[in-house]
Amino acid sequence: MTNVLRRSSTPPGVGAEPPTLPEGIDLARLSQRKVLPLRHPAQWVLTIVVLILVVNFGQTLFTNPEWGWSKVGTWLFNPAILAGIRLTIEATLISAVVSFVLGIVVALARLSRNPVLSTLSWLYVWVFRSLPLILVLIFLYNLGNLYPSIGIGIPFGPQFEVKTVAVLSDLTLGVVGLSLAEIAFASEIVRAGILAVDQGQIEASKALGISRRRQFTRIVLPQALRSIVPAYVNQIVGLLKGSSLLFYVSLLDLFGVVQNLGSTYPTDVIPLLVVASIWYLVFTSVISVIQYYIERHYARGSLRVLPPTPLQRVRRFVVGLGRSDTATTAPSDRKVTR
Amino acid sequence: MSLAVEIHNATKSYGDRTVLRGIDLTVEQGSVTVILGPSGSGKSTLLRAINHLEKLDEGYVRVGGDLIGVQVAGDRFRELPEKAIRKQRARIGFVFQAFNLFPHLTILENIVEAPISQGVKAGDARATARTLLARVGLSDKESAYPRQLSGGQQQRVAIARALALEPSVILFDEPTSALDPELVGEVLAVIRGLAGSGTTLIVVTHELGFAREVGDRVVFVDDGRIVEQGTPEEVLDRPQQRRTQEFLSSVL
Repeated sequence: MTNVLRRSSTPPGVGAEPPTLPEGIDLARLSQRKVLPLRHPAQWVLTIVVLILVVNFGQTLFTNPEWGWSKVGTWLFNPAILAGIRLTIEATLISAVVSFVLGIVVALARLSRNPVLSTLSWLYVWVFRSLPLILVLIFLYNLGNLYPSIGIGIPFGPQFEVKTVAVLSDLTLGVVGLSLAEIAFASEIVRAGILAVDQGQIEASKALGISRRRQFTRIVLPQALRSIVPAYVNQIVGLLKGSSLLFYVSLLDLFGVVQNLGSTYPTDVIPLLVVASIWYLVFTSVISVIQYYIERHYARGSLRVLPPTPLQRVRRFVVGLGRSDTATTAPSDRKVTR
Repeated sequence: MSLAVEIHNATKSYGDRTVLRGIDLTVEQGSVTVILGPSGSGKSTLLRAINHLEKLDEGYVRVGGDLIGVQVAGDRFRELPEKAIRKQRARIGFVFQAFNLFPHLTILENIVEAPISQGVKAGDARATARTLLARVGLSDKESAYPRQLSGGQQQRVAIARALALEPSVILFDEPTSALDPELVGEVLAVIRGLAGSGTTLIVVTHELGFAREVGDRVVFVDDGRIVEQGTPEEVLDRPQQRRTQEFLSSVL
C-alpha cells in the first residue's frame, strides 16, 4: 500500500530509493511494543561540559579568599545596610503603587475620545519615556534653583504658592522622580492590556446597559489585568533596580549605603557588593512569588482547570508518597477551580 | 395590535459603502420576526441599530413608542447622552453570535451583573438569575466559568443574561452560527420557548426550519433593502421576488 503511494508520488528521474525493510523483521510483533523516544547524545555531552564549568566556578567561591564570605556574613544585617534596604523598599513600593494608579489614569486619558486629554497624555508619555531616569532625578534635585517656589493660580488672578524646598523632601523627591518615569511606562502597559480585551466584551456590556464605570472596573480591567500583571511586575523589578540611582541625589538606598561603606572600607568592597547582590536577589524572588499568586488569581475563568500552586504540589507529592500502594486513586487529577 | 418596534428610513454607510438604504419595518408586540439575507446584506447592522449599537445616519428606531438613541432637537434628531441610551438598552435584550459572556465571572455573576448595575438589590438579582438558569436548564452550572461550558450551554446562559433585565424586546444576532451542528437544537429550543410569552423576538438567522416553525413574520434583506416580507409560507414557500428565490435555492 505505502509502496504504491510512494511510487506514484515520486517524480520520474528523481531516483528515490524504494523503501525497503531489512529482511526478517516481523512488523506485527514490533507494532505491539511502545515506541521509543528519539535519543539526544549531543545534549548529554553539552550538559556534562556545562556542569563541569559550573562546578569549576562553584569551587572558586570556596577556594578564592577574595570573596570574603565571613565579611559577607557580618555586613549582611549591618544596621546601615538595613536602613538602606528600608529606603529601597519604601521608594520602590510607593512609586510602584502611585505609578500603577496614575498609569491607569494616563492610559484612560490616552484612550479617551477627548482630543485634549489624549494629546496631553501622549505628550507626557513621550517626554518621560525619552528622558533617562537619572536625568529626571537630578533635574528634580535642582528644581529649587529653577523654580524657588511653586504654586497654581488663575492666570492674572489669585495665586497659591509654596517654597519648593519645603514641599520636596529628599524621599519625596526620589519617589516623585521614580514615579514620573514609571507612570509613563505603566500607562503604556495598562493601555496595551485594555486594548487586548475582546471588543465583544465591551459590546456586551453596552448592550446590557452596564454603566461606563462598572464596564471598566468589573468587565474590562479584570480581564486586562491578566496581561498587565506580568508586564507590570517586570516593570517593578526594573523600578527596584532603578531606585539605586537615588544614590545620585544623596539618598542612601541599599546601593548608596554599599557604595559609601565601600569607600570607607576599601578592603571590603567585594563582600559588600555580594551583600547588595544577595538582597536584590531576595527582593526579586519575593516579587516573583507574589506575581505567581496574582497571575493565578486573574487566570480565573481563562483556564478550564487552574494548575496547582507549588504548595499544593508539595502537599500532593507528600500525600502521594504516603499512599503509594494505592496509586490508582492518586489525587493528581482532582479539579482545582479556585 | 400594538407595535413593539418601528423602524423608519434606516440609513447607514461606512465611508462610501452603504449598508442600509432606507429600511422601513414594523414589528408587532409579542411576535417573532425572522430576518434572512445573504452575508453583507445589512441584516446584522439593522438588528444592531435597534438597540443603538450602530448609529443610524438617517432615520429612526422606536421601541415601545420611545425613540432609541436620539431625541428631537428642533427639526433634527440629536444623539442622547450615554446614560439615557444605557437606560433604553436595558429594556432591549441582545444575544450575540459569539455569546460574549464575561469569561472571568461565574455564570451567576454574568447574569446578575447588569441588573445590579441598574440598581437591583444583589439578593433579588441572584434569585431572578437562579430562576432564569432553571428555565434554560442550567441550574447546576451557576458557579462554573463560561469556558467550562459547551457553546450551546454558553449561548443559553447568554439568553438568560439578556432575560434578567426583563426586556420587552430581545434581539438575536445569528445565535446558532458559532455552534457545532449538534448543539444548535438546544439553543433553538430555548428561543422557541420564549415565543408566545409576550416578549417580542427579532432573530437574524440562517436556520430556515426555525424561521418556518417559530416565525410569525419573515423578512428577507438584500443589499441594504427589504426585498420581501410576509408570513413564513409567503416568503419561504411562494417567494415573489427573484432575489429571494435565488437566495432560498442557494441555502437549501
